[in-house]
Amino acid sequence: MARATASKPSFQHLILELQHYWAEQGCTILQPYDMEVGAGTFHPATTLRALGPRPWKAAYVQPSRRPADGRYGENPNRLQHYYQFQVILKPSPDDSQDLYLGSLRHLGIDEAMHDIRFVEDDWESPTLGASGLGWEIWCDGMEVTQFTYFQQMGGMECEVVSVEFTYGLERLAMYVQGVDSVFDVDWNGAGMTYGDVFAQAEREFSAYNFEHADVDAVARHFKDAEAQCGALLALVPPLSLPAYEQCIKASHLFNLLDARGVIGVAERAAYIGRVRALAKGCCEAWLSTQEDGA
Amino acid sequence: MPELLLEILSEEIPARMQRRAAEDLREKLVELADECGFAATVSAEDVQSFATPRRLIGVVRNVPRRQPDAAEERRGPRVGAPDAAIQGFCGANNLAPEQLEIRETSKGAFYFAAIQRKGQDTAEVLASSVPELVYGFGWPKSMRWANTALRWVRPIHGILCLFDGKAVPGGVEFAALNPNVQPIHLPFTNKTVGHRFLAPGSLAVRDFADYRAKLKKANVLIDFSERRARIEKDGARLAQKQGLTIKPDPDLMDECAGLVEWPFVLMGRIDEAFMDLWPEVLATVMRHHQKYLALVDKGGNLASRFLVVAGTRTRDRGRAIVAGNERVLKARLADAKYFRDQDMCRPLEDYVPRLDQLVFHARLGSMREKAGRLEALAAIVGAAMPGTDPMRVRRAALLCKADLVTQMVVEFPELQGAMGGRYAAFGPSHEDAEIATAIAGHYAPRGPGDKCPSDSLSVAVALADKIDSLVGFWAIGERPRGSGDPFAMRRAALGVIRLIVENDLRVPLRSVFVQARDLYGKTAKELDERGIGDLLDFFADRLKVHIRDRGVPHDHISAVFANSRSEQVREDGLAGEVDLVRVLARVGALGRFLGTDDGADLLVAYRRASNIVRIEQKKDARVFEAALYDPGLGDGTERQLSDSLSDINAGMTPLLEAEKFEETMELLSRLRSPVDAFFDRVTVNVDDVDVRENRLRLLARINAVMNEVADFSKIEG
Repeated sequence: MARATASKPSFQHLILELQHYWAEQGCTILQPYDMEVGAGTFHPATTLRALGPRPWKAAYVQPSRRPADGRYGENPNRLQHYYQFQVILKPSPDDSQDLYLGSLRHLGIDEAMHDIRFVEDDWESPTLGASGLGWEIWCDGMEVTQFTYFQQMGGMECEVVSVEFTYGLERLAMYVQGVDSVFDVDWNGAGMTYGDVFAQAEREFSAYNFEHADVDAVARHFKDAEAQCGALLALVPPLSLPAYEQCIKASHLFNLLDARGVIGVAERAAYIGRVRALAKGCCEAWLSTQEDGA
Repeated sequence: MPELLLEILSEEIPARMQRRAAEDLREKLVELADECGFAATVSAEDVQSFATPRRLIGVVRNVPRRQPDAAEERRGPRVGAPDAAIQGFCGANNLAPEQLEIRETSKGAFYFAAIQRKGQDTAEVLASSVPELVYGFGWPKSMRWANTALRWVRPIHGILCLFDGKAVPGGVEFAALNPNVQPIHLPFTNKTVGHRFLAPGSLAVRDFADYRAKLKKANVLIDFSERRARIEKDGARLAQKQGLTIKPDPDLMDECAGLVEWPFVLMGRIDEAFMDLWPEVLATVMRHHQKYLALVDKGGNLASRFLVVAGTRTRDRGRAIVAGNERVLKARLADAKYFRDQDMCRPLEDYVPRLDQLVFHARLGSMREKAGRLEALAAIVGAAMPGTDPMRVRRAALLCKADLVTQMVVEFPELQGAMGGRYAAFGPSHEDAEIATAIAGHYAPRGPGDKCPSDSLSVAVALADKIDSLVGFWAIGERPRGSGDPFAMRRAALGVIRLIVENDLRVPLRSVFVQARDLYGKTAKELDERGIGDLLDFFADRLKVHIRDRGVPHDHISAVFANSRSEQVREDGLAGEVDLVRVLARVGALGRFLGTDDGADLLVAYRRASNIVRIEQKKDARVFEAALYDPGLGDGTERQLSDSLSDINAGMTPLLEAEKFEETMELLSRLRSPVDAFFDRVTVNVDDVDVRENRLRLLARINAVMNEVADFSKIEG
């Protein structure tokens, strides 16, 4: 970054700099998907675009929800809602690692001052039927990014392999700002903290996720989403994108039920299987819409 | 003679795979040298290999510049075969009919083609065999990248392939999965790069010595053991300055040496505010999550310092790296402290019902159900240990899995058991100390090197846990096959064996297995008597492996297992029991006996007797039965032997029943002098048919009596 704010970039500054850097590398800068998702990978810009032969480069911030990870705002490192910065490059370029390291340099993380390492960590999403090989990127012992070469998506082998970088923005911000609690992260460099923005939401959503979400209604919504997804996939030709939205919805509802602690052992595996089946159907449908002009 | 140098430069290879990959590469290079016909000059010692996080390196010395010429002879059709066959043979070998030679063989006269293969230039040979080596190399887990169809552990960036100082012609071709996409051609070069951050520039090299030296200058130590030694040495020096030593952890040290191309060891502090966390929590967070080496003071206590092995040298000599790592550790420990405090808001018992949410195995139900079975099974096993309080055994067994649903164990699964023990002993649980110990120790022993618990509560729960798993997985057909043992059944069986043997327990395994099965109810009803028998066989095999690993010769083990009296597992029917302690005592006594003069001499006599009997039986095509021996027919020497056999046989039975194996062997040694006398003075194959037959029966009796103790025919050497 080596710019004016070199010492302690704010949270929003990190995002702006990442967007700037990846835009310069030719990425299409997208906006977050407007639905609750568990990770940036769920954005159709990653899940669906990772399929088929067409090249694709995109970067975006994705708010991510993990209902079971909420701690009522009491744990300095746990959130049920957090941000990921997601980059997907397809096909994975030969200089993927250098491009990634360039982004850290751009954020002011200079390899002449820090210990950056690639530590084996393969990635898997059972609900998406997706998996990949790669690393956690450690910066002075802190995991700042997940670096993955996708191998499978929607249960299908990727014809062309994409590389995905997922930056944990809160951790990155805590690291570069040197703060011990996520709620103390400087958001805008002008007095606003992460806590000012999200502490109340963490308290209220934790209570909702763990105690008050209407279990019957959520279970019903899951079934509705599942049914709707199936119906959209059954159309000729299928409506792959709306169907995929229903799949995302079902996935989040499952996470919510899981957080409420109402899913039994055997049921859990079954739920995951149901979501994976939807994801697989959507991936296949989307691919079928891509055939011409591929 | 020239040398071949190969370096495959890739993105970071997982630490756990590097050494195996180096070994595989070495073997592949030995094979390659062999197949190319270099075996005359290249021996196994001429092939070396190395691995770093980014490189797989091989060097082969004494490679000739030219493949040696090879002469080969092929047999063709029989002389007088149809013309077409002879023409075909000539065509296939590129020879004219008059170039064929006729040779007499045991099967008649045949045409032969003598083929001279001219050796090619080695560089040309390598141009085709090195790519094949790359394409055929296997990794435990591999991937594709970009458009490639080829799989490698991570994307490959360059291949240095040098022969006799020059880059080998050609290169490696990565075909795309899609045939319309151009394949990527990666040429063989004489170039590599140095350390990713400290010396990223390109380096041209002449040979291995030059390569190694240049890389060392460029901050890459290609040899794993050199990196590891450096960590050890630098770490010890840093520790010593603080009056500390490194807590030995060879596996972690290995892993650290696999994560960097050049280790830079730094020391950091652990915030004193966290030193009240239990040492196992501190160690787990540091070890598994941060890969920090722990340090101990002179009293062996965990010190508030740690070592981190960084992969690069920085301008501030690591200050920012240390500060960053300290902060990360602090956050991790703050998490752990938070989990501990949350977990200790309620007694351990309160977590038991939540085990409902945790699957043991999809077909074997939940952990809650398992805890219920363990309560009963531990009490059953505990009954084998006099003085064990059944109520406390049940309590420990019920609670032993409860920590699996605590926040700490959900976050740090390695702490299972240890946390249960801590939570039981402290806070609102207030279980007594022995129960806490049993909970903490019930996963032990986790492997051959792990300590085996010895207090009865721990032993009972540890046995119950393993036996329940073995019986359950056995019932649903999840048995280990070949190298596949996903549920670590072999380790569990070894654990059971060690718990029993090292604590000298008399546990009737068969009946315990049956009871364990019954506790599963319908789930394990498939496990019939035969299945239980299979499981016992599996135990017998594991026992053999276990005692063999402790240096007992395998033939002694076979002799005891094959022995007709009792120990065998397979044929013992419903009433039979397998008693591991007894088997071991017997193997031990046999070994000691064979080590004595009497034992060695008797073994010779045994073999002599059985050889004679075997040969004569074959000759006569009949069996000489020991039981039909008639003492009235023999002379004095014969009678002396026969009387001794009767005495020894009679004396042996009560001794064996009382498990007095040493005494049994002693008794057996009394057979030596009458047997020796017999062989010295008595001729077996005499003309008198009846006397001969009777003497053969006497020999058969020697074998039969000795076989009561152990099957001496299995003894080798």
